Amino acid sequence: MENNSIIRIKNLTKSFPMGKTQFTALRNINLILGKGEFTGLIGPSGSGKTTLLNIVGSLDSPTSGEAWVLDHSIGKLTAKQAAQLRKEKLGFIFQSYNLLAVHTVFENVEFPLLLLKMGASERKKMVMDALEWLGLTDKVKSKPPQLSGGECQRVAIARAMVKKPSLVLADEPTANLDAANSHHILKTMETLNRELKTTFLFATHDEKVIGYLHRKIYLLDGKVDRDERKVNSEK
Amino acid sequence: MKTAFKLACRNLIGAGLRTWLNVIVLSFSFVVIIWMKGIMVGWDHQAKTDMTNWEIGGGQYWHENYDPYDPFTLSESHAPVPEMFSEEITRSEMEPMLIVQGTIYPQGRMQSVAVKGINPKQKIFLLPTHKLDTVTDAVPAIIGALMARNLKLNVGNYLTLRWRDSKGTFDATDVVITEVFTSNVPAIESGQIYIPLEKLREMTMMDGEATLLTFADSEKERSPVEGWVHKPKDELTASVDEMIKTKTVGQSVFYGILLLLAMLAIFDTQVLSIFRRQKEIGTYIALGYTRREVVGLFTVEGAMHSVLAAVVSAAYGIPFLAWQAKVGWTMPMDVSEFGMAIAQTLYPIYSFGLVVSTVLIVVLTTTVVSYWPSRKIAKMNPTEALRGRIQ
Repeated sequence: MENNSIIRIKNLTKSFPMGKTQFTALRNINLILGKGEFTGLIGPSGSGKTTLLNIVGSLDSPTSGEAWVLDHSIGKLTAKQAAQLRKEKLGFIFQSYNLLAVHTVFENVEFPLLLLKMGASERKKMVMDALEWLGLTDKVKSKPPQLSGGECQRVAIARAMVKKPSLVLADEPTANLDAANSHHILKTMETLNRELKTTFLFATHDEKVIGYLHRKIYLLDGKVDRDERKVNSEK
Repeated sequence: MKTAFKLACRNLIGAGLRTWLNVIVLSFSFVVIIWMKGIMVGWDHQAKTDMTNWEIGGGQYWHENYDPYDPFTLSESHAPVPEMFSEEITRSEMEPMLIVQGTIYPQGRMQSVAVKGINPKQKIFLLPTHKLDTVTDAVPAIIGALMARNLKLNVGNYLTLRWRDSKGTFDATDVVITEVFTSNVPAIESGQIYIPLEKLREMTMMDGEATLLTFADSEKERSPVEGWVHKPKDELTASVDEMIKTKTVGQSVFYGILLLLAMLAIFDTQVLSIFRRQKEIGTYIALGYTRREVVGLFTVEGAMHSVLAAVVSAAYGIPFLAWQAKVGWTMPMDVSEFGMAIAQTLYPIYSFGLVVSTVLIVVLTTTVVSYWPSRKIAKMNPTEALRGRIQ
């Protein structure tokens, strides 16, 4: 299991200064996530799920303990190395989509490939493939303000998936969507997980998402409360 | 860097009106600065050309006692023309000029003047000296339009001219105005009257003498001559350079204000962008940019305003500047009494260096102004930026 792991977290603690005191968001977390998992960090607001997701995404670093993501120790990465890891291996999906409003759908999805300095023809092919997976080929020239919430999130997924990352981190991806759109999005992500073997890690407290997860890690007050796996992960 | 340029272009074009307002303000700065500097260069060129054509030729020899700012030196500022210049004078490549102090009495009033004796057949100056080669019942004289206007004199008017000869004796005669000329060089017009050289020599008993020797060829090597001071053309036009320099300093304040306004718009846009686009900044970082790269992107984006402004300036500025170079800029007031060599209409001259230096100054200033607020990004916490929580 450990040899096949994509994330290894050992005794991780994260504290933030809050006035004159320290607020501990994560306490002594120990976790291992294997390749191709479809896992969720579940918990109420303030349980530390987004903080953990940010550390795994190398956007933040642990106060103590260690977090290994794709064999990189997050706490020891320089800003440049962390950016390199995010650029090459990680995909992000946010609650409020975080699309670039003045760019078209094509340009938004193309963005991670631009950072990887890919050639124009290769970029075009990969962007069109990603848009096809997400059923967005008719929205290529649209801009985010012209799209619905569901379409925006599909664009965000396409942007996260276009470079075929090893790990996709999704922070409350369905929080702004209605039930129909949420199910559509989740089915799409599940299919991508199954077909491309991409590891997904969610931070959520949405029951709709929880229903799709193959593994559920419950966080409470910054600690792992429960770690449940579906017996048959094939849905 | 290529990616930053590509993204900056997309962001700028995507920002629409906000971008174009900044670009228009900046492009206005480009065109006005180039135009005003062009006017200065044009003025410098015009003043030097007019001085060459009307006053100093290719350079001069001054009698060692001659001081143009002290009329009392004139009685001591004359000597026989050195023999070594005879050939040049014969070939009309050098012209002697004798200057004495005199007084004229236009309409009963008394006016001190410098009486200048000049060869009516000279070819170095644009002065209409052929009008001195006239048979009249009085001594023919030409004067500048500035003096003619001040003294209410016209062609055909008679005046009494009084002078002192080399022995100090006063004498007087009538002169008749045969021509009133117009130049852009006040120094040759105000308080000066031109009469034939030989006549003045005869009147003052200074046969073969001169105060100034003006030569046509500025390139020819000139050796020192005893009793005469060589004044090269550059030295004689140095006053124009000084004057233009003084004016340029004044103009720089104007450029400064203009640039400041444009830069204020860019600075404001950058500050607003960083505040409004926090989520976007967080997204860039999440997708693989370092914070320093985002600073670079925002700096390039700000600096690109000036590049776009250069393109917009070229679109309307080139036709405007070319038109101005053709028709010139006519000053709204009479400049004849400014006391400096300035034409009523100035024709701007634009050099490649002027355009390139202006573009570089504006682009560099814009880059610095864009970078200044963008440094804040380097201190941003990406997780907070992603949520748009930074104040």
